[in-house]
Amino acid sequence: MLSPVTDTDGAPFWQYARQGQLRVQTCADCDETRFPPRPCCPHCQSFASEWRQVSGRGRVWSYVFPHPPLLPDYAAVAPYNVIVVELVDAPRIRLVGNLVSEAGAALNSLSPSRIRIEARVQVVFDADGLPQWVLERP
Amino acid sequence: MAGQRMAGLKDATAIVGIGQTSFAKQLPEDERTLACRAVLAALDDAGIAPGEVDALASYTMEETDEVELAKAVGFGDLTFFSKIGYGGGGSCATVAHLATAIAAGQATVGVAWRSRKRGSGARPWTNTTRQLPTPAQWTRPFGLLRPADEIAMLTRRYMYEYGATRDHLFNVALACRNRANQNPAAIMYDRPLTREMYMTSRWISEPLCLFDNCLETDGALACVVVSRERARDCRRTPVYVHSAAQGLPAQHHGMVNYWNDDPLTGPAWTAARHLWKHADFTPQDVDVAQIYDAFTALVPLSLEGYGFCGRGEGGAFTEGGALEIGGQLPLNTSGGGLSEAYVHGFNLINEGVRQLRGTSTAQVPDAATCLVTAGEGVPTSALLLRS
Ligand SMILES: [Zn+2]
Repeated sequence: MLSPVTDTDGAPFWQYARQGQLRVQTCADCDETRFPPRPCCPHCQSFASEWRQVSGRGRVWSYVFPHPPLLPDYAAVAPYNVIVVELVDAPRIRLVGNLVSEAGAALNSLSPSRIRIEARVQVVFDADGLPQWVLERP
Repeated sequence: MAGQRMAGLKDATAIVGIGQTSFAKQLPEDERTLACRAVLAALDDAGIAPGEVDALASYTMEETDEVELAKAVGFGDLTFFSKIGYGGGGSCATVAHLATAIAAGQATVGVAWRSRKRGSGARPWTNTTRQLPTPAQWTRPFGLLRPADEIAMLTRRYMYEYGATRDHLFNVALACRNRANQNPAAIMYDRPLTREMYMTSRWISEPLCLFDNCLETDGALACVVVSRERARDCRRTPVYVHSAAQGLPAQHHGMVNYWNDDPLTGPAWTAARHLWKHADFTPQDVDVAQIYDAFTALVPLSLEGYGFCGRGEGGAFTEGGALEIGGQLPLNTSGGGLSEAYVHGFNLINEGVRQLRGTSTAQVPDAATCLVTAGEGVPTSALLLRS
């Protein structure tokens, strides 16, 4: 499986994720959240930002089921789901992830029939600190 | 100059030559050789000697660079050369940059080209060592690996919000295939498509199936741009660049446009606003269109963006044979990227020229205006051509 190839702006997201925290870059001056992380705020041009913890609750905005040809590690578990989650705390922040049966479970661990747009989900983290999502009402 | 209006681009330049190699899953010659052949064919079509060329434009993804091309085919001194990013989003911008340079007096004879062995070469997404950290870190670890996955995500949301169906996507695939079946140069010339084949084909990334995805092609194409004055002396009927635009919307994210207020209004909307502002006609006056079709779902999005229908109506627009010859908007009349060849959209430019010359294998009667678009879902570009 591919690990995140981080950059300067994105590194804090992954550091917090390894501590089991979902945090979103937020402008320290005008309070607007932004994603993906970037050096300055597109609303007020401030370079001051902080990483605000969010509840980790979200709703499925869209999803796909990739089938081969895929990179070998992914082909081995295909078809699996990839979802985009809209955060309840910050509705314009949408994160790509996987909906799984429990923390640490495989990308194909949840039955495809359980996945629908608007489904309520909650963030969990796998052993490497990669965010994953589980259904709020399993 | 007080009181005088800036001349601008409108009809100031024309495409006077087109050229291309054959298309195939695998061609024996390398990309540089194919580029030389396509460029020389386009210059021959125009009746212009290679030594007169002083401007070039291509894609940043083009691997045949200006220096290699110029010394191989015998160009003269070049005073303008430009490369445009974002893969298929740059196709129409190659012509737009040449038109701008020529209208501004920076050059006189421009050549745009694209040569690509995508059929026999590697799929770009299989490269795991040269991934840009933004935005790949936010998508690839989760298995959103390929362009098909990224666009499938937008497609699912589009279908959910607007009630578009797989039948709408099939209408796009079918129109392209039907035109390819009329075009002996098309890879899918002798391979008809049926609804049953479409509905039972394998998934690539649900909700996109095999026939929602473009071909993987080896081939090269080129065209020649000159001033309208020079165009009158050329071998072929000039096809005028009436209006041209690029489009990179505020807060856009290429391919993975999930991170702004309105992901379903993409670069097409931005390019379209500029394109129509500088045109003497409207979407209703477009006789034929060549809409970028790396994936079927890009077509309804583009139909909305370029103003052929309202927001959310792109799926319904495809009903009733609207995209076929004789329909409301015949499109991709050589077969497009789905069924003629996928060469980052350059075949759409050449087909637009053939339609306005009256030489298409699926000719729209009396076609006088043609919209050509570049990749939607990435920073894009578009051309309005007229005869
Ligand atoms: Zn701010």
